[in-house]
Amino acid sequence: MFTNIGIRDRDFVRVIFEDQEIMVPQGHTVAAVLLAEGIRSCRETPVSGAPRGPYCMMGICFECLVVIDGEPNQQACMRHVREGMSIERQHGVAQIGPDANAAQDPAE
Amino acid sequence: MKSHYQLAIVGAGPAGMAAAAAAAECGATSVVFDEQPAPGGQIYRAVETPAAVDRAILGVDYWRGAELAKTLRDCGVDYVPGATVWQVSPTREIGVTVDGTAMLITADQVIVATGALERPFPVPGWTLPSVMTAGSAQVLLKSAALAADGAVFAGTGPLLYLVAWQYVQAGVAVKAVLDTTPISNYFRATRHLAGALRAPQYLMKGIRLLRGIKKAGVPLIRGVRDLRMRGDDAVSAVEYRRGHDWQRIEADQVFLHQGVVPNVNLSYSIGCRHTWNEAQLCWQATTDSWGESTVEGVAIAGDGAGINGALAAEYQGRIAALGALYRLGTIDADERARRAAPARAALAAERRIRPFLETLYRPPKYFRVPPDDQTVVCRCEEVDVAAIRKAVAVGCVGPNQLKSFSRCGMGPCQGRLCGLTVSELIADFTDLPVSEIGYYRLRPPIKPLLLAELAELQTPAASDR
Ligand code: FES
Repeated sequence: MFTNIGIRDRDFVRVIFEDQEIMVPQGHTVAAVLLAEGIRSCRETPVSGAPRGPYCMMGICFECLVVIDGEPNQQACMRHVREGMSIERQHGVAQIGPDANAAQDPAE
Repeated sequence: MKSHYQLAIVGAGPAGMAAAAAAAECGATSVVFDEQPAPGGQIYRAVETPAAVDRAILGVDYWRGAELAKTLRDCGVDYVPGATVWQVSPTREIGVTVDGTAMLITADQVIVATGALERPFPVPGWTLPSVMTAGSAQVLLKSAALAADGAVFAGTGPLLYLVAWQYVQAGVAVKAVLDTTPISNYFRATRHLAGALRAPQYLMKGIRLLRGIKKAGVPLIRGVRDLRMRGDDAVSAVEYRRGHDWQRIEADQVFLHQGVVPNVNLSYSIGCRHTWNEAQLCWQATTDSWGESTVEGVAIAGDGAGINGALAAEYQGRIAALGALYRLGTIDADERARRAAPARAALAAERRIRPFLETLYRPPKYFRVPPDDQTVVCRCEEVDVAAIRKAVAVGCVGPNQLKSFSRCGMGPCQGRLCGLTVSELIADFTDLPVSEIGYYRLRPPIKPLLLAELAELQTPAASDR
């Protein structure tokens, strides 16, 4: 479990994580927010449905894909929080590519 | 941003920042594209605005990056943060996305300074949530002041010990460090001790880190030769063995690391020639003494052209920029040599420690070529060792055919997390040298690009020229 070891003075922004409002430090990536909230897995793989979470935190592994402001396949470790941002875990098959939206299960 | 530059630099780590500074000194119009919101690269990430209150936890070496970042900001080159370069053509047309807008610009010279990434560490269960890289632990520490209490660090190499030490400095409990450095490496490395002693600061630093970790009471378990991660929805334990028997440590966070390797995706996609570096066990772009690759006008600087570390990257960045400036006609050969001389001397000194480090922290074969059939190799498409073995058995002879046999390497990471393992696995199965097996053929875009972005592709206004 990740904990804050003493963060410098920062402004906070409000983000919405799956219908729940949370205040998070400006400058955090979405992945850092999820880890700090104790969210360990952020999606399931399209192939076997296995849970996955951030792995590299530098934009290369694509394990950290989440839905941001309704857009699937966003790299949580590369996106920085903004006031009012909505963040959701990514469930079901959402292939990277032009029809990513179409592949999203509307029931989710 | 302009639609054309004399020099375009990809990456704002030590190599890219130093290259920009050198170009600015000689007055070439230059641009630096970088994916992160602030300069520093991974090594000096968040150096301008470190998240943690306590500056001491990151160690003194980190702060060198602040100076480089300041120079980048002040030197007058166009610095474009948040920019993903997804293509550089052999004619140096650059495709880049900034803030969701895709653009094409051109440059007379390009310096690829995309640095390194961590070597794949394919062990059973490495895909479980909360199994992450040591580099990721450091990113979270630097940019978000977050640390995982009670984590296990497993693997080998300076970065592993550095992050564990940084955790200790921050007062965060480390459950154990499982050291996978083979004991035989210590004996082999002594052969290079003389070179290492000419750069004693590295040896001293290593000794200081390990001493700090042990003094904090962290169990340092050496000679680990087998590892597996356990858990259902996320990791809950690490199992390891040194001899015959498995030991178990309960842990809800594990950081793996076994060295860094060049990030070659961009240089491969440009068409630069690469060769297998047997000492570093990785692919690297072939470059001349000015960093120029086999593609005219494209140079590679820093760890992307072979691992030499952050300081060397800085010197290589400077040398590559001077090479580019010479090819542009901005400076003549004499000036190029004169300006490069101090960087060359510093680079040579910096490289002395390398044979020692490469030998000592050479990851053993059993952690590079996973012996267990069920171990996942390609994380994106969930392809395991057995599937690759089967493909090779029915005639697949290289990484590119493997894609059609199994979809291995076809996911969004584009082989970054499996490419090295695949080259070495096929070499092992076929009994051929890795250099003959080759690597994935990579084409642009090297990062997934939405069709919508492509459709709205823009060229910065001609008036900006
Ligand atoms: S954690 Fe690897 S790409 Fe985000």
